[in-house]
Amino acid sequence: MRTVRLWCAAAWAICAKDLRTEFRTRYALSAIGLFAVTTLTVISFSLGPLGLERDLLGALLWVVLFFSAMAGLSRTFVHEEEAHTAPALRLAASPGAVYMGKFLFNLLLLLALEAVVLPLFVVLMGLEVGHPGAFFLALALGDLGLSGVTTVVAAMVAQAGARSALFTVLSFPLLLPLLVSSIEGTRLALEGKDIGTVWPSLQVLLAYAVAMITAALLLFPLIWASPTRSR
Amino acid sequence: MRRIVRFWIEDRRPTGLAPGKIALGLWMTAVLLAAFLLDARRLGTLGQGARIIFFHIPVAWVTVLAFILSSIHSILYLAKRSRTNDRRAVSAAGLGVVFCLLATLSGSIFARITWGAFWNWDPRETTIFFLLLFYAAYFALRVAVADEEARATLSAAYNVLGLVVVPFLVFVAPRLSALAGLHPEPILNVQGRLDMDPAALGVFLAALVGFTGLFFWAYDLNNRAMDVEERLFEQEVEHGG
Repeated sequence: MRTVRLWCAAAWAICAKDLRTEFRTRYALSAIGLFAVTTLTVISFSLGPLGLERDLLGALLWVVLFFSAMAGLSRTFVHEEEAHTAPALRLAASPGAVYMGKFLFNLLLLLALEAVVLPLFVVLMGLEVGHPGAFFLALALGDLGLSGVTTVVAAMVAQAGARSALFTVLSFPLLLPLLVSSIEGTRLALEGKDIGTVWPSLQVLLAYAVAMITAALLLFPLIWASPTRSR
Repeated sequence: MRRIVRFWIEDRRPTGLAPGKIALGLWMTAVLLAAFLLDARRLGTLGQGARIIFFHIPVAWVTVLAFILSSIHSILYLAKRSRTNDRRAVSAAGLGVVFCLLATLSGSIFARITWGAFWNWDPRETTIFFLLLFYAAYFALRVAVADEEARATLSAAYNVLGLVVVPFLVFVAPRLSALAGLHPEPILNVQGRLDMDPAALGVFLAALVGFTGLFFWAYDLNNRAMDVEERLFEQEVEHGG
């Protein structure tokens, strides 16, 4: 019981440390936030006079979220390698706690991003949500999976010399089922279908998040411990 | 030329007439002839267009086989840290990409004939597309990491992550209404009922065996070449370059 509490405390400490550095520089949030606003503006401007069907809006929302996440979520680990603080982090906490802390930080970052993007979607694209409960549930479950996968891929990319293009290339195939089912779930929720119709997509999203986070927790010690001698 | 000779010396494999290779060649010749000469009336409603199943399905099956082998060796690498496992995983994945491309191309042609469009995002098309993207990313990752041990560990871990994703594409995504499948029921469906002409089925099964044999022959060659390369590299290190 005590070890579990220590583990959670370590994970929270890492997340809090990242939040603190983020508030000082606001690098990640401004990067993904501005990226999201830019993408959204491009879409809104180019579609301008055309009215959009609701089912398209769900897909566009996820395109914006996906590419914004790709623009900023690798930062957590890449920054540790760049600042040469990764060895200290390896000494300070167990690999699982490091993963969990970074996962929480990425999740909070995604939630902050959505807090910016969703109002803009309402203003610029005329987003109307038919079934808000199902809509927010689909978003939240999608965020869980997105953050779980990007965190472990970010750790790999940081070892691979921090190439940002590689981050997208590695993440996309793993995120394919997530995108498919979250777009489906969001579309049904926007159309105002009852919870029973949206439920299968939500189940897939939940199962995906649980499976990926479990696999990531199991693999993370191997990835995180691997030495980067030649850089 | 000098390199080829060194390869041949280093391979340490008795060279003979290799009856297995000849048998495989004859077998594949027979399969090819049968696939093209089989009476079109035996092919069912699709007629001549159905001949592609003698190639498309075996190639898709071999793709799956190659990626299963690659994943097994990746898991073994993470457990035992043997560099042989890393080489086998890469060897199987490389061949898997070749067969995956063949399956995608033949499937796309087949889809144009039967469903009217080259690409439809049917669940199985999605899965094969995922495999292509995934293994392209796998090799991109391997190129990006300089350190050998880190490269082997990271790519093996990535391979295992991919293995977790596959069930979602194969079993879960098709259940969502937006992705209802176009592919027919498997030839051997749940009731064990056969929907194929016996002669066509015979050719099909022979093609399945032949392509599997072809894969293992190529896999063995690839493994031997990679082992030799490893030994030559070690010799060069010993002799100081």
